[in-house]
Amino acid sequence: MGYLAKLRVWRGNKERGELVNYNVEVSEGEVLLDVIHRLQATDSPDLAVRWNCKAGKCGSCSAEINGKPSLMCMTRMNTFNEEDEVTVTPLRAFPVIKDLVTDVSFNYIKARQVPAFKGPANLKLGEYRMQQVDVERSQEFRKCIECFLCQDVCHVVRDHEENKESFAGPRFFIRLAELDMHPLDELDRKREAQESHGLGMCNITKCCTEVCPEHIKITDNAIIPMKERVVDTKYDPLVWLGKTITRRK
Amino acid sequence: MTEIERHDFDVVIIGAGGAGLRAAIESRASGLRTAIICKSLFGKAHTVMAEGGIAASMGNVNSNDNWQVHFRDTMRGGKFQNHWRMAELHAKEAPDRVWELETYGALFDRTPDGKISQRNFGGHEYPRLAHVGDRTGLELIRTLQQKIVSLQQEDFKESGDYESRIKVFAELTVTEILKTDDKVSGVLGYWRENGKFVMFQAPAVVLATGGIGKSFKVTSNSWEGTGDGHALALKAGGNLMHMEFVQFHPTGMVWPPSVKGILVTESVRGDGGVLQNSEGKRFMFNYIPAIFKDKYADTEAEADGWYENPDSNRRPPELLPRDEVARAINSEVKAGRGSPHGGVFLDVSTRLKPEVIKKRLPSMWHQFKELADVDITQQSMEVGPTCHYVMGGVQVDPDTGAAIGVTGLFAAGEVAGGMHGSNRLGGNSLSDLLVFGRRAGVGASAYVKSLSTKPKVNETDLEKALNSALAPFNGNSGENPYTVHQDLQQVMNDLVGIIRDGNEMREAITKLEGLKKRARNVTVQGERQFNPGWHLSLDLENMLLVSESIAKSALVREESRGGHTRNDFPTMDKNWRPKHVITSWNGSSVDTKIESIPPMPKELAGLFEEEELGKYLLPEELVQLGMGA
Repeated sequence: MGYLAKLRVWRGNKERGELVNYNVEVSEGEVLLDVIHRLQATDSPDLAVRWNCKAGKCGSCSAEINGKPSLMCMTRMNTFNEEDEVTVTPLRAFPVIKDLVTDVSFNYIKARQVPAFKGPANLKLGEYRMQQVDVERSQEFRKCIECFLCQDVCHVVRDHEENKESFAGPRFFIRLAELDMHPLDELDRKREAQESHGLGMCNITKCCTEVCPEHIKITDNAIIPMKERVVDTKYDPLVWLGKTITRRK
Repeated sequence: MTEIERHDFDVVIIGAGGAGLRAAIESRASGLRTAIICKSLFGKAHTVMAEGGIAASMGNVNSNDNWQVHFRDTMRGGKFQNHWRMAELHAKEAPDRVWELETYGALFDRTPDGKISQRNFGGHEYPRLAHVGDRTGLELIRTLQQKIVSLQQEDFKESGDYESRIKVFAELTVTEILKTDDKVSGVLGYWRENGKFVMFQAPAVVLATGGIGKSFKVTSNSWEGTGDGHALALKAGGNLMHMEFVQFHPTGMVWPPSVKGILVTESVRGDGGVLQNSEGKRFMFNYIPAIFKDKYADTEAEADGWYENPDSNRRPPELLPRDEVARAINSEVKAGRGSPHGGVFLDVSTRLKPEVIKKRLPSMWHQFKELADVDITQQSMEVGPTCHYVMGGVQVDPDTGAAIGVTGLFAAGEVAGGMHGSNRLGGNSLSDLLVFGRRAGVGASAYVKSLSTKPKVNETDLEKALNSALAPFNGNSGENPYTVHQDLQQVMNDLVGIIRDGNEMREAITKLEGLKKRARNVTVQGERQFNPGWHLSLDLENMLLVSESIAKSALVREESRGGHTRNDFPTMDKNWRPKHVITSWNGSSVDTKIESIPPMPKELAGLFEEEELGKYLLPEELVQLGMGA
């Protein structure tokens, strides 16, 4: 059952690096992360790779596999032809630290810029009441495992380093959508998304949805509804009239 | 001396899972500067893997539930070996800790009247587990992570610096706790990214490092579960208790080999899943132990009736405590009635509709579909026992989490011992993290505030710690640390695993001595920059200390109880219940001794029927409680 897989793995650091060829044994039922671990345990103990759960739940082992942003632990080896080369490279949108490990601090900085949940102050512990159908919309976005594959694939930052300043990325659009749809959150998230996080820069190519290992419909269920509601509040003639009248006072 | 980065904090928390983050929230609330150190990225801790839920007697689904019932279930699950005070605090405080999470933004599944929904789980008398599908751990970790961020946002508004009170040091590993004049004065660690050393000077250190599963071959734990906190506490002069009690979760995946050990949540059984052997028989009916006879159904009809009508039917035996189910599966496989890949069958497909399965067990559906090519809405899962949790851990003061024997050291969560006795109930882990994480945060803060001066780190000790962390680069055996690790896992699996034997454990202890020597001489290739080989050789030392503690404690306890089963002493022995095996480190190996704890007070003992207490307690203990005349 076992065979030798042809692997091309990017080895290097922030100064330089190259694709290195390896032949690594593969057994039945294995995923790419198993093969990377075998490489580490046999040929290259200093090969740097992030991983934790090995079950698609923690979002640590993100990499680009034959160019496609994916989790190594959820990529089964039997999805490749035995004779084909499998190329494994680090996430391209983030600076390399070593080998397959990148500096993802961009995401943690953006996380800090999203104002936290603000619940009703008058409720005591145990007094929150919410209906299942109302929490389900936000629960979809809370499935996010923060693998940052959506952030990596998004062309707004992937090819334009300069956009990182003003663009939070799909992961944080679903965070904003989650808070916006939270039945008890009290802040205005739509205006926030548009004005402070660059929602307008997204042109809905849906690449983020395609790579999401949790199958969250990032574009359809979070970004598009947010964009529509921004439009509603910003350009609705009644809202405009109301605002103009108030301002006149 | 090698260059070293230096920080000054009031409280250093090692570990960023549920317990560590909850402790951090508390120590910052007391106005103390707090460092959170984690081996992985922020938000990736093993807590994320918890599936089923958080046990708390909120009584949202069955209003008969209260802390007393939860306390009773916890003590029964642990076969009365638990530290009763921890079980009491846990049962009383869990509901508030869960409700608090809602105020941080958590979104649990709801009951029809809009409260937090609660599900059934093994060993819990009523539906008690607050949950979010089968990804409750993710919800917990993300909620606490976002709460930490929100506190940083408040600090930013006040001081212009997000990190003025809480700073997270991600991908940093601690190698040693430093002491000055017998008090904790700080810790030494290294950045995984570049291998540079970091010293944190701090009068209080909270261990929240989780488990030890990586010492065993088949485990549900990630690479992080190397028992770092257990080993750090031992080396700092602390004690471990209950290390013989290791929980083998009955249902881990068994196929394909690469995912062997990965957890299949107990919710599968709580929601109606049944265990069958190769003959298609629901074998759990044959394994109901005498002490649980009156609580579990003895016919399939009654068991099936329980899901709809729990008040007039007893619960199905698939929901016995984990140790019972794990041993039963082990026996079935040994008797030749196992599944093709050496497990048994777990089936929900014949009992629940596909859409219900996908709704209630989404990540299980996903996990089996993507990793094993099995559609659990149509087919049975193959499952078998996997090393999941260690009940044993640092001996602490129940109320404050202060480690016995080391001033300034605290511990909470899986790394602390006592709460779960000989066996933990599912769902009691997440609530443990919250209750005792908070208490350790309060305890550490109070300790820091009681000091008139903060102890200073001694430079000579620091240099010594630094040299031992670099030692793996000087090894000359030519052996790779991965080989030693694999051999260790094999020894623990074969000789100190789910069913134990005196001779095998003595053999294990001898073999561990050999492995210790090999581990000291492994050769590490490459540089200090992100070097997994070096990291593993440091983790190996911790795993070896933990393994030695487990093997030696298990050899001492000559009975079978909870997560400790011996062929040569196959029954539970009341004489052993008041005895707690304690391990300490003498500088080169682990010593064991037996200690007792204060007896359970009358008001707690009075929560049980005398007849039930009589199954666990000695006659003279009953007399002390004014019973058993």
